[in-house]
Amino acid sequence: MAIVVKRPKLKWWEQLYIPGIISGMRVTLGHFIKIVSGKKKVTMQYPEEKWDEHLPEHYRGAPALVKDEQDRERCVACQLCEFICPPRAITIKPEEIPSDDKWAKVEKRPKAFDIDMIRCIYCGLCEEVCPEQAIYLRKDYAITGTSREEMVHDKDRLYEIGGVRVGLVNKWNELK
Amino acid sequence: MDWQIIIAASIKVVVFVFLVTLPLVAMSVWAERRVSAAIQDRVGPNRVGPAGLLQAVADGIKFLLKEDFTPNHVRKGYFWLAPALVMVPALMTSAVLPFGSSLFGEKMVIADLDVGPLFVFAVASLSVYGIVLAGWASNSKYPFLGGVRSTSQMISYEISLGLSVVPLIMIYGELNLSSIVLYQAQNGWALLPLWGDGLSLKGFLLFIPILISFVVFMTSMFAETNRLPFDLPECETELVAGYHTEYSSMKFALFFLGEYAAMIIGSGLAVTLFLGGWSLPFGWLTPESADAVVPWWHGLIHIGTFFAKVILLILFFIVIRWTLPRFRYDQLMRLGWVFFFEIALFNVVLTALLMWWLA
Repeated sequence: MAIVVKRPKLKWWEQLYIPGIISGMRVTLGHFIKIVSGKKKVTMQYPEEKWDEHLPEHYRGAPALVKDEQDRERCVACQLCEFICPPRAITIKPEEIPSDDKWAKVEKRPKAFDIDMIRCIYCGLCEEVCPEQAIYLRKDYAITGTSREEMVHDKDRLYEIGGVRVGLVNKWNELK
Repeated sequence: MDWQIIIAASIKVVVFVFLVTLPLVAMSVWAERRVSAAIQDRVGPNRVGPAGLLQAVADGIKFLLKEDFTPNHVRKGYFWLAPALVMVPALMTSAVLPFGSSLFGEKMVIADLDVGPLFVFAVASLSVYGIVLAGWASNSKYPFLGGVRSTSQMISYEISLGLSVVPLIMIYGELNLSSIVLYQAQNGWALLPLWGDGLSLKGFLLFIPILISFVVFMTSMFAETNRLPFDLPECETELVAGYHTEYSSMKFALFFLGEYAAMIIGSGLAVTLFLGGWSLPFGWLTPESADAVVPWWHGLIHIGTFFAKVILLILFFIVIRWTLPRFRYDQLMRLGWVFFFEIALFNVVLTALLMWWLA
């Protein structure tokens, strides 16, 4: 049903537009003066000023692989993250761990682990699905490059971002 | 000596038009962006040069280096002519504006015409042909609508613009802009009659029609320069970019510069007619007569005063743009034909009656 919008009846001096212009200019000039005098600050000058220390704990930045406290790569190349990744950004080449290796009982590790950061949508499903808690979304957000190749994070780069993560999973810990 | 006049005139043209007005255009684009940013709680361009002042240079280089694309469906000749037709009249009107008293015995006006305001209106209204041609030659619907709107807007506002100046001309009894400024310098500005002959019953009574004509003049000037609240030919939200939708690169930049140049010249005219042109308030440093010798530093102060006033008025234009919403088309027509035309006409009669009664 159509609604009849009731137009306010304007007084004669309101129809002159001039009071409207003045009250409008009070608003705009108020903002102008506040910003110019530096009383109010809204914008941040990005590359010089950053908000990194205020990023929340649950911030979802670039995904990265982590090693555990014994310098073992946590990833066991189960490829769950590769299969769940909605934009198919992750490519894993699994490899068997040779029997003379210290971690032979883990059986599998990634030979290559690539995340295409052009494709990544920072959804965090890889982190959620990982049974070994080997992949985490870090707080890095400024992922840039000058070529497509540069934007593909390989295994070394992912460990460089990820670093060491202590605790949580003790499944393969000898001491346990 | 004819050649001396020619050399003096060319120096004035080069300095006033190319070394002052065009940089002022660039600066007002910068001011527009910074002021609008501050009004909307943003920062605005602040990276190129100190406080972003060289942004206009960067933009100019960008416009020059961009591909100058002419679509296949346009009428090429008119399409190429239109941007120039917007820019040229805007700069041509600057010829009659007195931007200073005199410097080294030379009058600071390019052409000291005895028909100043008439020349300005005659030439400034030519710039609508550029917009209409752009709309027509682009051969597509949004520019066409922009061009048509521009035509009807111009028709409805040109009349009240012209009529709003008539009371002033009646009061000054003069059409030479230099003499009008000198009269205001000696007898109080039109909008500030607080010294000389302005301090009388006549001055105070005539202040009423002058105020009315100032409001009508400024509003018509907004419509004439296609600035918000009357930017219907361009109006991004309805017509993409209006008459310059099909333009790119330097041809687009010419439209852009033309709009700002028209704004500067419009402010210059408003300053000359209503705010005492180059003169300082309360008759300070005012020359005795039009031909009086003025010390060179007085001349420089007068030039500075003129441009300070123009810049203040440009800032007013900018703040108004970011304050008011756009008028609807029928509201604009109504305002032009039903209100301003009648008000301006009534104002002429009122001034005539007041002057007859006071005489």
